[in-house]
Amino acid sequence: MRIDGKPEGLRQSMSWLHTWSGLVLGWLLYAVFFTGTLSFFRDEIDDWMRPELHRSVASAETAQLGLDAMQKLAPNATTWTLSLPNARQTAIEASWREPGAAAGRAGTSRATLDAGTGERIEHRETRGGNFLYRFHFELYAMPRIWGRWIVGFATMLMFVAIISGVITHKKIFTDFFTFRPRKGQRSWLDAHNATAVLALPFHILITFSGLLLLMNLLMPWGIQAAYNGDTGAYFSEMRGNRQAAGGGQGAGGRAQAEPGQHAPLASIAPLLAQAQQQWPRHGVGSITVNAPGTARATIELREGGGSSLVNRGASSTLLFDGVSGASRQPHEALAVSWPRATSNVFTSLHLGRFAEPAVRWLLFLSGVVGTLMAATGMVLWVVKRLPERRKLGYTPKGHRFVEVLNVGSIAGLSVATAAYFWFNRLIPVELAGRGDWEIRGFFTVWLLCLLHPLLRAPRQAWREQMAVAALLFALLPVLNPLTGGASLAQSLAHSQWSIAGFDLMMMALAVIHGVIVWWLARPQAAARPAAKAGVRKSTGEQKSGVLATRESGTAAGTAAGVAGASMALEKST
Amino acid sequence: MSSESTSMPQAPSLGRYRVQVASRSVAAIGGGYVLAAMSAAAGALGFQLMGLSRPDATLAATMLSFVLYAIAAMWAFGCASAGRAWSGIGLPAVVLGVLTWWLMRGGQA
Repeated sequence: MRIDGKPEGLRQSMSWLHTWSGLVLGWLLYAVFFTGTLSFFRDEIDDWMRPELHRSVASAETAQLGLDAMQKLAPNATTWTLSLPNARQTAIEASWREPGAAAGRAGTSRATLDAGTGERIEHRETRGGNFLYRFHFELYAMPRIWGRWIVGFATMLMFVAIISGVITHKKIFTDFFTFRPRKGQRSWLDAHNATAVLALPFHILITFSGLLLLMNLLMPWGIQAAYNGDTGAYFSEMRGNRQAAGGGQGAGGRAQAEPGQHAPLASIAPLLAQAQQQWPRHGVGSITVNAPGTARATIELREGGGSSLVNRGASSTLLFDGVSGASRQPHEALAVSWPRATSNVFTSLHLGRFAEPAVRWLLFLSGVVGTLMAATGMVLWVVKRLPERRKLGYTPKGHRFVEVLNVGSIAGLSVATAAYFWFNRLIPVELAGRGDWEIRGFFTVWLLCLLHPLLRAPRQAWREQMAVAALLFALLPVLNPLTGGASLAQSLAHSQWSIAGFDLMMMALAVIHGVIVWWLARPQAAARPAAKAGVRKSTGEQKSGVLATRESGTAAGTAAGVAGASMALEKST
Repeated sequence: MSSESTSMPQAPSLGRYRVQVASRSVAAIGGGYVLAAMSAAAGALGFQLMGLSRPDATLAATMLSFVLYAIAAMWAFGCASAGRAWSGIGLPAVVLGVLTWWLMRGGQA
């Protein structure tokens, strides 16, 4: 896309497309990446944000304690489900259905049980990690469908930006090993390339699977054509097969709901031992008891996948008679077709389902790298235009706009997220609607961070916000035990990995932000060498950037300039 | 925006350039979506003839439509002119649309 209409190669036009599509929704994608990356630790965040749960320490008795508690809590329920503590969850999450309860989620009662005593824990009201998780694909304060469309559209552009980015960089692998530090614009370009290439498989995976997760909303036309618009029929055909593949969960439950004769439940320990043999790696994730307390009771054990989403997807199950404890044969699993296998693999990875801790951390780190890629891309947009700015002798409004938004949306989001966790502990537990106040606090802080760079020089604004974020993150592990949570020493000693993991993650975030502050504070960092490098390179840039410079201020025009400028840069190397 | 008034000796192409960008953007975003939608519809029906079950055919076609969307978007900005951007996206969309219509009719007949 050259303004003079001269013919150009595929790579030039892709470079234009990359810059353009990257800029338009860059800030949104940054926020999606940032909150989405944190969502890999949604369960951990949920645990941390409910410090009342921190005293819950699991033992060998936990499953039996949980079942005994359910006997008192919901003796007449038609079904109990206990999600057992694991590396990502410190308490028992219990749910049950009373006879005659409404269908679906509305009819489900829930409670959190202490894994050490079986007692019900009353915890503070909070949206927890769910807020960040929902925000990353639905945004906030607008109808969910709108949010999903906006994020879906941004994801589509990101998909295009990634593929066009790959085409732009024919030297993709040499670029990866090229880092020229302290060379201003070059360094930003190298950093952008390195972060992009380093996690390239992850980026492609995460954007494509993101589209797949929203596909029924974004692209319903296949269903329209094949089912004449009957979306329900499509879902039921899908579900029908999945249920068969999942081992027939729920096949017994509702039919046996009518009260049978009373019968005590079999002891759980031998069943767990049997399951442990079957699943030495993961053990039991959840227990579902159908028709508890009756002669027709069944106990279903589901393999734990190290995630709270154990009830979805096709983890294996073991079925037992609820009274005798004798093993029953679950249904045969069906083979999964290739389209479904493809979709499952992509979406399960996106959701981090069944991810082992190592895989989860790898996904998290890839997310961090992706977040950095988005950030360096946005900064690169500004840095590339510094020579042009110097030439003009003033800062065009468009440049200033991007600069201010960069600080507020990148550094500001870090500050707001850290503040969200602080509000979780500082807002009084008894305050009505405190969960909403945590979120209001988050957005208030973010807004202030968007306004702050208007008053400060860009470099100062970056440094100040990054320093505040580093400080807030670093002190969270200190705040935790002071406000009722388990200290890092305690959580490590009790193997409460969810709580310890959160504290460690906050320390890691503090280090990342601290490094940025340190780097910004160095006397010879980016800005000045960028100036020199910019001036030196500008001869090459001027030639190809001339036309674009004329139109500077409009995003499209300047983006076209970048395409030219980056080509000039590559030629000059 | 501020700097449109800065020196602009060879301005004539600027207006045309903007029209080109706008036209290609519409071709990429709108046209690309229509093409992807048509491919999802045609694939959901067509893959069934190739032996896939109905939900599988629908799922496969929908997944592939996103890949096609991305290719269409890149085509829109990569080809020589806005006219070719439109024809390169529009023609296959029409072909797939006709195919969908034919398959839907064939399914009922």
